[in-house]
Amino acid sequence: MDAKDWLLLRILEEDSTQEVREVADLTDLSEAEVEDRVRALEAGGIIRGYSATVDWEKAGEGVAAATVNLKVHPERDAGYDRIAERISRFPQVCSLRLISGEYDFELRVTGRNIQEITRFVSEQIAPMEQIRETATILVMKTYKENGRILYDRKEGERLPFAF
Amino acid sequence: MRDFISQRTHRIPPSGIRRFFDIVQEMDDVISLGVGEPDYSTPWVACEAGIASVEQGQTSYTSNSGLPELRTEASRYLTRRFGIDYHPEDEMIVTTGASEALDIAIRAVTDPGDEILIADPSYVSYSPGVMLSDGVPVLVPCRMEDEFRLTPEALMEKITPKTKAVICNFPNNPSGGVMSRADYRAIADVICDHDLLLISDEIYTEMTYDGEMTSAVQADGLRERTILINGFSKSYAMTGWRVAYLCAPKEICEAVLKIHQYVMLSAPTMSQYAAVGALRNADQDREEMVTEYQMRRNLFVRGLNRVGLTCHLPRGAFYAFPSIKDFGLTDVEFAERLLKEQHVAVVPGSVFGPSGEGHLRCAYAVSREDLREAVNRIEAFITSL
Repeated sequence: MDAKDWLLLRILEEDSTQEVREVADLTDLSEAEVEDRVRALEAGGIIRGYSATVDWEKAGEGVAAATVNLKVHPERDAGYDRIAERISRFPQVCSLRLISGEYDFELRVTGRNIQEITRFVSEQIAPMEQIRETATILVMKTYKENGRILYDRKEGERLPFAF
Repeated sequence: MRDFISQRTHRIPPSGIRRFFDIVQEMDDVISLGVGEPDYSTPWVACEAGIASVEQGQTSYTSNSGLPELRTEASRYLTRRFGIDYHPEDEMIVTTGASEALDIAIRAVTDPGDEILIADPSYVSYSPGVMLSDGVPVLVPCRMEDEFRLTPEALMEKITPKTKAVICNFPNNPSGGVMSRADYRAIADVICDHDLLLISDEIYTEMTYDGEMTSAVQADGLRERTILINGFSKSYAMTGWRVAYLCAPKEICEAVLKIHQYVMLSAPTMSQYAAVGALRNADQDREEMVTEYQMRRNLFVRGLNRVGLTCHLPRGAFYAFPSIKDFGLTDVEFAERLLKEQHVAVVPGSVFGPSGEGHLRCAYAVSREDLREAVNRIEAFITSL
């Protein structure tokens, strides 16, 4: 990893759909160098995938989301890892983090509606023997996602010329 | 009725781009590379600090020289970023933008007939500023072959017994030229040998891309004979707040402060609080913006060269300054036709002085998308010639 790799990651994290030539121009690299570096970053597991940031509220009905906090009993030898792996296998869980503070895990759970999410938590997550407590926090509105503002915002205006 | 306007005011030339302004007003799909200010909004931490000060009723004047905490933070910033030291108590003044700092600095040192050397091309206010003090602006050419740096040879050539001071601005608006430490050392010898004062406008220093960020004051011998100007408009995207600062040795600072207290009293209070917030908490925002400008510079300059507009690599500020000398048009004609035919607004280099002739100032502080489209339109224009 050098300064150019950092720059590449920054550019791709912001918008991974840009053409190679543009990325090469921005980083002052050749196109071949960009391709080689991106392949190396992918092979090294630093770039884990590419995705779009979707405003599901705007897309229409049928998507709900919640943050679910969990207190768990860590296991001898495995600590938190084994239970984390079990929870990760559910496709409803789109992110899972070990956190500090009152709770141990923070999950991001999505479903078609609130009922689906609460049913998933109460039927699939809560009954696991290592789980001591759950707290489900429903998302009511998303203002910002992956660094992108999702509400309409008026930008400041500039004069056409200024010295 | 008699003419009430002073001869001095009559002598100041009108803005060189009034006409372009009028043309732009008639169009709705202009890509403007004519804007010499960041396209970012002020970092939110700085806005919060300004808003909080208003909510707390901090709406009075501050001390003439500015909020003590702002001078202290600015002094720390200069030490942190350049290794230079100024006493917040008696060597710094907070001003209403770098424009005011320039104005009062020039007025404090210029007597009628004094020759003030100005590194050319330059920001448009320097010559009128000197003329308003009945001084004589003398332009010192900076050439493309030297990447628009100020050389000791060029400086020497213009020095006369009447020369009092030198005004320079690096990283440079409009050329993007940058002075290295060695470059400053070289002019420092000339300035010291001829007992001149330096007014160094360093408003773009944070936008230095390919090497170490420098200040003139780092050069041996210059600190005691320099008025240093820096601020927040460019590095923290705070143009509309109108806040900057000036640093100088105590005796000079006292003289400048006399003018400041009569003409300005103090810089806007909420802006000073916002600037404190910027210096304390907006380093990351600033670094992000600078990284983005550097990427845009790479994108834009490569694009210009690809479509056949020769452009040296500007090492600082956010301006590209391509040469149009191969096209048989003056920079004014080129810029006017580019605007009318392809709706891309740039500023003719000659607006910034004779050394800018044959160049265009293109501010790349616009979105990457606009830069791409601007390059396409410029290509279409060149092809049509």
